[in-house]
Amino acid sequence: MTTATTAPASRPAPTGGSPARRRRSLLQRRQARTAWLLALPFLLLFAAFTAGPVFASLLMSFTDMRSTDVRTPFAVDLAAFDNYTALFQDALFRKVAVNTAIFVLVGVPLTMVLALAAAVGLNNITRLRAFFRLGYYLPVVTSIVAVSVVWRFLLQPDTGPINQLLGAVGIGGPDWLGDPSLALPSIIAMAAWRNLGTLMVIFLAGLQTVPRELLEAAEVDGAGRWQRFRHVTLPLLRPTLLFGAVITGIGYLQFFEEPFVMTNGGPLNATRSVSYYIYDQFSFGNYGYAAAASYVLFVAIVVLTAIQFRVLRPKA
Amino acid sequence: MTTTIETPAPVRDGETTGGTDRRSSRWLYVVLAVGLLVMALPFVWMVLSSVKPEAEVRSIPPTWLPETYTLENYRELFDRLSFPTYFFNSTVVAVVVTAGNLVFGSMLGYALAKLEFRGKRVVFALVLGTLMVPGMVTFVPLFVLVSNMGLTNTFPGLILPYLVGPLGVFLMRQYFLGLPDELIQAARVDGAGELRIFWSVMLPLTGPALATLGILTFLTSWNNFLWPLVVAQTEDMYTLPVALALYAVGQNATQYGLLLAGAVVVVVPVIVLFLAVQRYFVQGIAMTGIK
Repeated sequence: MTTATTAPASRPAPTGGSPARRRRSLLQRRQARTAWLLALPFLLLFAAFTAGPVFASLLMSFTDMRSTDVRTPFAVDLAAFDNYTALFQDALFRKVAVNTAIFVLVGVPLTMVLALAAAVGLNNITRLRAFFRLGYYLPVVTSIVAVSVVWRFLLQPDTGPINQLLGAVGIGGPDWLGDPSLALPSIIAMAAWRNLGTLMVIFLAGLQTVPRELLEAAEVDGAGRWQRFRHVTLPLLRPTLLFGAVITGIGYLQFFEEPFVMTNGGPLNATRSVSYYIYDQFSFGNYGYAAAASYVLFVAIVVLTAIQFRVLRPKA
Repeated sequence: MTTTIETPAPVRDGETTGGTDRRSSRWLYVVLAVGLLVMALPFVWMVLSSVKPEAEVRSIPPTWLPETYTLENYRELFDRLSFPTYFFNSTVVAVVVTAGNLVFGSMLGYALAKLEFRGKRVVFALVLGTLMVPGMVTFVPLFVLVSNMGLTNTFPGLILPYLVGPLGVFLMRQYFLGLPDELIQAARVDGAGELRIFWSVMLPLTGPALATLGILTFLTSWNNFLWPLVVAQTEDMYTLPVALALYAVGQNATQYGLLLAGAVVVVVPVIVLFLAVQRYFVQGIAMTGIK
């Protein structure tokens, strides 16, 4: 490969043009060729397995494609907006959309507050900081399926240690995952537990960029600890908070493994998410319909991100 | 911002005096330690319960420390169920996916950072644009594609869709941008070809970025669930999370000890790996913010 790219250099330069310019355009051409050579394997795989399916999914969502059409994907009938209309008329879809919205609207702020508290705490200690950071971060690297299995047993009403601990202080713990009004909040709490580490690390990095002089100046002016945090640190942290809200929101909009493992989407569909619904429709063989639902989710992600950028962007 | 600082505010407490500071710092350690306990206890309980006999896992009230230790659950996972196979499958997929992302991601990342070519901006925008696309959007057409290629229930079917990804390009491009152009120019003067400059001069300098990307990709692949759930159709192709999830909702759903031992098998290797390389990992998180 090396010889192929160096070959043009040994070719006699065509006449015309200054030698310097000729050399330059030769270098440019050689660079461009190398660049495409380096880019090609990635772009081929990317086109086939990422970019292609993104568009295919959109096209599919306007067809009545079913699992029986897998061998003949181009012979399906157009269905215009039928899938989308049916989707919004399905009471179950509206239910899972509300569940997912609750998961995001409660889960994102909860995770952010916990992560910010942990980050501020870690930022104010010197000894053992790396140790604590590691500990808080640990759940993030673990499989959601595995931690969901563990939490399913932690939350068991009789044999689970959480209700045992509550019992020790005189509280009769409920059937967390069996009660339709508690199942989703329980899963949200678990998600916050698992994911706060990512945001904590990001927020901690952000906190360390807050200039010390600014905080000291505020202290000289008589600002208390809370006021310094509220009026100096938080405004400076805005871009970091925005970033954290965006990536957490994108992740939470797609929650799937937790209810799959912990509740099967129940009780009474109280924990079924949009992703779970899409997976179910796919399993039933309704490919076009599943694709339409997945595009609704995609649009929701784009819209949520845009809103967060508007709300949290730096104030002029 | 400046205006809020200029507003004089009453000093509410004497936090600035040394004694209070030390006391509040001691409280901070207590609070952080309690938090750490909450973070760690689920894992502690998981490991402890995985070595309890089934009857004890189901005892009311639950025990923390096992009254009887047994490796029965692990024996069952490895002898009766096919956990060695799942472990092997997960490892093969994660290793190949990681290698692909490192190789192809650094190739395109270098081209985008250090070489001039037409269409560069378009390529970058296209790749970056898919960072936000959820896996849920692509998996239905992806399944149709992989089915038609005859690759369902095969390693290529599990691996190909994840062999390249936007994160690798983004991370490697950022890192290459930080390396000086003079290195390239000097190598050109010495007569090195462009590919050789990439491979022998620039790539060896990207160790930390490769390490970060490698760990991130490995963990993501190891924990990946939806795609292997759809593509692996017989038990011999299951990855660990798929096997664990299907056992948890299937006929083994009531074997608590067994499932917790399964969770240990999924979780403990990545925790060990993470502890071994966490320095790069935390750097990477701060760099990209993507888990």
